[in-house]
Amino acid sequence: MRKDYNLEKRRYVIGGFIVVIALIYLVRLFTLQVADDKYKAFAENNAFLRKVQFPSRGLMYDRNGELVVYNQPAYDVMMIPKDIKGLDTLDFCHTLGITREQFDSRMADVKKSAGYSVYTPQRFMSHLTARDYGRLQEKLYRYPGFFTQKRILRQYNYLAAANVLGNIREVNQRDLDNDDDAYYRAGDYIGDLGVERSYEKYLRGDKGVEILMRDAYGRIQGRYEEGAFDVSPHSGRNLTLSLDIKLQQYAESLMVNKIGAVVAIEPKTGEILCMVSSPTYDPTLLVGRERGKNYLKLASADNIDHPLFDRALMGSYPPGSTFKPGQALILLQEGIIDLNTAYPCYHGYINGGLKVGCHGHGSPIPVKPALQTSCNAFFCWGFKNMIDRRSKYGSSAKAFEVWKNHLVQLGYGYRLGVDLPNESRGFLPNAKYYDKFYGEGRWSANTIVSVSIGQGEVLATPLQMANLCATIANRGHFITPHAVKAIQDTVMPAEYLQTHAPDIDSRWFHAVAEGMRMAVTGGTCRLANLPDIEVAGKTGTAQNPHGKDHSAFIGFAPYDDPQIAVAVYVENGGFGATFGVPIGSLVIEKYLNGSIRPERKYIEMNMLNASTKQFRVIRNKPKN
Amino acid sequence: MLSGTSRKINSDPSAFRSLDWFTVVLYLLLVLAGVVSIYAASYDFDHASIFSFTEFSGKQLRWIGLSLVIGLVILLSDYRIYETYAYPLYVMMMVLLAVTAVIAPDIKGSHSWLKIGPVSLQPAEFAKCATALALAKLFNSYNFKLRSPSSYAKAIGLIILPILLIIAERETGSALAYMALFFVLYREGMSGMVLLAALAAVVIFVVSVKYVDPMIPGMSTGEFIVMILIMATSSLMAGLYARSLEVMRNVSILFIGAIGAMMLCNSLGLELPWLWIYIGLIGLAALYFAVMAIKDHLRKLLVCTIFAIGSVAFSLSVSVLFDHLAPHQQNRILVSLGIKADPRGAGYNVNQSMIAIGSGGLTGKGFLNGTQTKLKYVPEQHTDFIFCTIGEEQGFMGTSAVILIFLMLILRIITLAERQPSTFVRVYAYSVASILIFHLCINIGMVIGLCPVIGIPLPFFSYGGSSLWGFTILLFILLRLDSARKQFRN
Repeated sequence: MRKDYNLEKRRYVIGGFIVVIALIYLVRLFTLQVADDKYKAFAENNAFLRKVQFPSRGLMYDRNGELVVYNQPAYDVMMIPKDIKGLDTLDFCHTLGITREQFDSRMADVKKSAGYSVYTPQRFMSHLTARDYGRLQEKLYRYPGFFTQKRILRQYNYLAAANVLGNIREVNQRDLDNDDDAYYRAGDYIGDLGVERSYEKYLRGDKGVEILMRDAYGRIQGRYEEGAFDVSPHSGRNLTLSLDIKLQQYAESLMVNKIGAVVAIEPKTGEILCMVSSPTYDPTLLVGRERGKNYLKLASADNIDHPLFDRALMGSYPPGSTFKPGQALILLQEGIIDLNTAYPCYHGYINGGLKVGCHGHGSPIPVKPALQTSCNAFFCWGFKNMIDRRSKYGSSAKAFEVWKNHLVQLGYGYRLGVDLPNESRGFLPNAKYYDKFYGEGRWSANTIVSVSIGQGEVLATPLQMANLCATIANRGHFITPHAVKAIQDTVMPAEYLQTHAPDIDSRWFHAVAEGMRMAVTGGTCRLANLPDIEVAGKTGTAQNPHGKDHSAFIGFAPYDDPQIAVAVYVENGGFGATFGVPIGSLVIEKYLNGSIRPERKYIEMNMLNASTKQFRVIRNKPKN
Repeated sequence: MLSGTSRKINSDPSAFRSLDWFTVVLYLLLVLAGVVSIYAASYDFDHASIFSFTEFSGKQLRWIGLSLVIGLVILLSDYRIYETYAYPLYVMMMVLLAVTAVIAPDIKGSHSWLKIGPVSLQPAEFAKCATALALAKLFNSYNFKLRSPSSYAKAIGLIILPILLIIAERETGSALAYMALFFVLYREGMSGMVLLAALAAVVIFVVSVKYVDPMIPGMSTGEFIVMILIMATSSLMAGLYARSLEVMRNVSILFIGAIGAMMLCNSLGLELPWLWIYIGLIGLAALYFAVMAIKDHLRKLLVCTIFAIGSVAFSLSVSVLFDHLAPHQQNRILVSLGIKADPRGAGYNVNQSMIAIGSGGLTGKGFLNGTQTKLKYVPEQHTDFIFCTIGEEQGFMGTSAVILIFLMLILRIITLAERQPSTFVRVYAYSVASILIFHLCINIGMVIGLCPVIGIPLPFFSYGGSSLWGFTILLFILLRLDSARKQFRN
């Protein structure tokens, strides 16, 4: 047959065509496989399910080794939205015991939640009951995209110290934004309030991860490389609290139906033995599925008890006469008075048309009896002599700054730095404050004399009052109060070991302690005069705009080797001797003796049953 | 009837001596790489043996064994039977296709599988061979020239019949593979303009559907590109195909001037109906081609006229055409063109296969280490998407090696075709090459996201007896005919 050479050339067109196509495909493959890395990430996302292994959160023991907070496993239903395929919604709802409406609203909530992504695990439902968990686990293979995740719930052996212990909650967007370690994912738990919050980094432990292989239908096909790349979780560190949980429980029971706080500190170490804020709440309310609802109830503005407000360290109160031992220390240190300086008291301090009332006692008296009898006039005179002593200080303002700085050293006016969140600093005015209020040079001691007896502008937290008491018990130094005594396998932060010594001679502390001892043996605190324990104390009765006077007490014992320093503050409790002294002395007795003497049982009975709530004046907030 | 001596000569005992071993080696390489890939693709964590017949790879090995037997039988057969029985074979296969379309059970919407005892076979795979032989015989028939309309009708009829029958079986993908035979018509004298027109149609279609966003008021980017392409192609055709540089120059000036004018008006903020202006200009150019064709007696300029008018008409009707496709077809096309992101629907396969291939990197994850493969992310992994396994586990090295082996095989077949003294063998060889080209382009194109998903296997690789046997028979008949090329006396 004749060969057509023209047509024969067409082999080059056909050959050229396939060569060009092959080249295009090779370039495409090169870009897909070598130049572009994103497919590797896609492949990993596809094939690997990184199942987070949550560590067990650290446990909490009290100072005597009693287990206070522990964990209970709970199961969350998790989902990866993009993996959900062909879900039989009704069957699923039936298994979980929820309605279709609940399912839809839960789905809608998840979509709105922080950190939502169709590619990452999202919590669909938390804290399944054991029954629901069992039922779901059996049928889980039918619901691709869903899996269960073991989590922990906090459990409490004692229904006490909710304000100190705190609780755990789901992280919110702010937590995620502030999470410098990139530890948290949406849906994780984080400590809220109390020790749970401040020791979060120790308690939370290290998360582990289990890398599972997952097929296209979402079914788990086993562990990747036999678990060679898995990371096992490390439990959080256990904490030993400085609290004596039994003492805490006892003090809480004494504060039932009263509003206020009790703080007890071991003076030598600064360890908080108990810290009561009353009214308190049941810590188990903030556990589990009902947490949100209960939290809203506790935090609600309509809840006049404000139980989440930790009065022991957030409440700023006028310290009243519990302020006087501090005054005595300053006056002695500054040389305004010596141990023999006596001031007159004619039922009060009368000077320049001003009268600060006082009650009946001998006159004139020096400092120790003044503490014993809680003489207002003595401390007003002392204060006046200091603030108006221009020869020494130049001006009232300068003298006031010296006065204020001593108080700062004694722990007032600034946060003490307790290891719990939300501590308040109280309030201590400075000279500028008065300059602004009255005009520069237009105020003098008499203008502001009420601060000398713990009234007026001065505010302190019960924790600060207890700390002052501990400082006196130590005769001149304190260690920053703290609620955690030890962290497993870690040393305590240095700030809770360090001694702070105010710039005041130890001998003045001895003198003030003696005055406080006299107050117990023959003064305002006689109810605290125990036969077998030498107690020293000081009452306080603070006028306030919320009704009846607040009842306050600070005290420590034993006198020569103090084991406990306590501050009691009962809102609208009246005289310091009415609630402050009995409660304070009962706490001291309970802690040191373990029990209350039979002849004092009636005091215990009275305190357990007494209520001060009726004396509270509740001002209705103006409604818009 | 034949004497012993003549039988000896005619049966050509030297089939193995003149066999093209190079092709055989390429074939064996592909088939073995295929079975290894199938093993990897269907491997699950039970560590079953590669030889276990319950596994896909085990079955494939059995089919490879049978393929080798079939190949051997073909090599030992008389080379003349293929030409002699080409038509009866073709008729038989067409009947079988028709019967299959009627009696075959519904498997995933397709009626193309015949169950014979324990095996299911797909006649469409074998009909390729019969069609190729029939086409070869037609071209080899006395005085046949691809000139007259009747010769075109015969050739196209031979190709269209199996396409229609296979479409009736609801196996559109396999049916499309027969379109590859138009390459053969081109080699045997069909005008290249037909292929150009087909290419232009595809390009116009893709561009107009893909770039629908408006570029300037009244014209989309796609329409603009199409107009530019029509202008450029028609002026190039005037110059290079019709060999009238003068016409090309004049038309080019006209078109470049128009584009310049549009840019100027655009920057001045003047809105004109540019689409219609371009269409008018192209019409004007077409008229000019026609006038010059008559004046200078250049018949080829008339082809330019037809091309210009046809392209414009086609591009205007694309939107209408597109609307006439079934929604799932529209979807497949849109997804494969990257217009529609639909990783859960029609784009799922392609997306997953691209992830599998893309995650392989340069050297791959290693044999049996592919996670996408093992965890069944890619559907049809062992059949139509087998190329993913190579991509994931052997990386770019593996995929480029496979493409190069295929390229060598196809170029080798073209070489074989051109060395044949017989038109019959040449046409048959081009048929084999064309079918392989089509399968290769479409199959690999779809797994790397360059073509719509059309379910056709990768030759020699994909799991399945019918496809493997079909391609083996196709290739070995060629080898047998090639080895006997010296016996052909024309």
